[in-house]
Amino acid sequence: MKKLITKWINRFQKYKFLFSELVKRDFKQKYKRTSLGMVWSVISPLLTLFVMKIVFTEFFGRDYPHYTTYLFSGTLVMAFYKEATKNGMSSLVSNRKIIDKINVPKYIFLLSKNVSALVNFLITLIVYFLFCILDKISFGPHMLMLLYPIIMLTIMNIGIGMILSALFVFFQDMKYLYDVFLTLLTYLSAIFYRVDDRFSESVQNLFLLNPVYVNIKYFRTIVIDRMIPSASYHLLMAFYAFFFLAIGSFMYKKYNKEFIYYL
Amino acid sequence: MSKPVVECKDVSIRYKTGNLKSVGLKDFVLRKMTGRYNVKEFWADKHITFEINKGDMLGIVGTNGAGKSTLLKAVTGILAPAEGHVKTRGNIAALLELSSGFDGDLTVRENAYLRGAMLGYTRDFMDEKYNEIIAFAELEKFQDYTFNQLSSGMKSRLAFAIACLVNPEIIILDEVLSVGDGAFRKKSAKKMREILDEGITGILVSHSITQVRELCNKILWIDHGNQIAFSDDAEYLCDAYEEFLYTKNLPKSEKDIKALADAYQLRHAKAMREETKKETERFLKILEEGDAEPAVEAALTILRKNRPEALKANYRKVY
Repeated sequence: MKKLITKWINRFQKYKFLFSELVKRDFKQKYKRTSLGMVWSVISPLLTLFVMKIVFTEFFGRDYPHYTTYLFSGTLVMAFYKEATKNGMSSLVSNRKIIDKINVPKYIFLLSKNVSALVNFLITLIVYFLFCILDKISFGPHMLMLLYPIIMLTIMNIGIGMILSALFVFFQDMKYLYDVFLTLLTYLSAIFYRVDDRFSESVQNLFLLNPVYVNIKYFRTIVIDRMIPSASYHLLMAFYAFFFLAIGSFMYKKYNKEFIYYL
Repeated sequence: MSKPVVECKDVSIRYKTGNLKSVGLKDFVLRKMTGRYNVKEFWADKHITFEINKGDMLGIVGTNGAGKSTLLKAVTGILAPAEGHVKTRGNIAALLELSSGFDGDLTVRENAYLRGAMLGYTRDFMDEKYNEIIAFAELEKFQDYTFNQLSSGMKSRLAFAIACLVNPEIIILDEVLSVGDGAFRKKSAKKMREILDEGITGILVSHSITQVRELCNKILWIDHGNQIAFSDDAEYLCDAYEEFLYTKNLPKSEKDIKALADAYQLRHAKAMREETKKETERFLKILEEGDAEPAVEAALTILRKNRPEALKANYRKVY
């Protein structure tokens, strides 16, 4: 076990420089030729929120307290999930020229995409907290528990990114299928509506099959209800995160030497 | 006796081809169901064995599609051989198709660092070497241009400069010594000589036999994936290979190779003789047709230099 850890640390040391250069590159590519640059990470979720607020407050939010925070929690988590997995999916294919020429571990491209998505998310999180203040949400030490869904979500994103990027190497159709899937997922994640008594108990439980919704709900429970979810809820989140990570790692392990023929 | 730097033992590489690249999800499912999905495999390299030691420069020769680049991919670890094993000891800088792998949206500076990182160097090391690299590539004025704005020659120059100046222990060159304009080519050839003299180990793939003769001390000859010969008698194998290119007779045994090499020597000697003869005739013609005085003077100078005894004998006869 100790040997394995030192091996990983050594590897990390070796690829630290490459990793940071790749993250930098991802940022530069994302904001190339935009005059506002990084500011877009703040503006674009705000605009989405703004649109949703205008549209949905009329339909769903009039009677609910803290509807803005409710909405923002959903879009925030969903945007993070979308960005990380979509960019993760193309991480192998878009770096095909490098993978074909230089021997570097392939997961490093996926990890760099995930790190840049995480950084973006953290920037938006600051805006989220500003909105919480405006929405008269009271802060407290319980807010620290938000670290848990962020960590779990990141692990899950890496896992799903691994699965998708491996599939994308073999099937270019994945991009379109996944776009459709993301639309479906957005509507199923209760971003603008509530999962309440309108749904029967069994349907409410069905929502828990959606890992993104599970994370969104955690955010809302902490921030709006000021309650910490049960231990089993924590376990469920950890299960999702490590379940996808395990499948992803397995696929990378199995197809690691195959990718090159298809890229 | 130190261990070989690159060791290739009975390496066979299987490449997967066929229509798998263009198959979409729908086709894949359809073909799987109807049993028409078969991945074609072909052996790009079969039973290749060689080893090179520190300071060696291996030249890999062979016609197009011989499996040279595939073999290099196995040496760099990009492809895993299906059979046999490859062992390398040291840091590899591979120059497989130079300017690919750079990012068009990044500046020259950023690309240089990114490439350095990919080759496994640290930031401190790149900080130290950066100016030298830019100076060698003659890109001082272009450091903050994005890569898309550069000419292809400039891109290759940067790639070459990075790979050479970062002091790799093993350098792999795939048809890359002919980048840039004449002046840069001269400079890169000189640099190549320099780092070879420092004892770097290298593998060179080139279709220019002259270049291979000049730089390599070991030759591996492959043809359609089969190893024809591996020898440290570079001149001898180059002779045989050039004769093969001329006659298209693929050697099947040591004896055939020897025959080829001998044939080359013969042909070469004959060609040389003919060349000399032609040259002499040409000069004679110039002399004959030229103005009397300078022509005679030139003839006398040549005679004085090359055959003083003839001059003496004739002198007596004439006067």
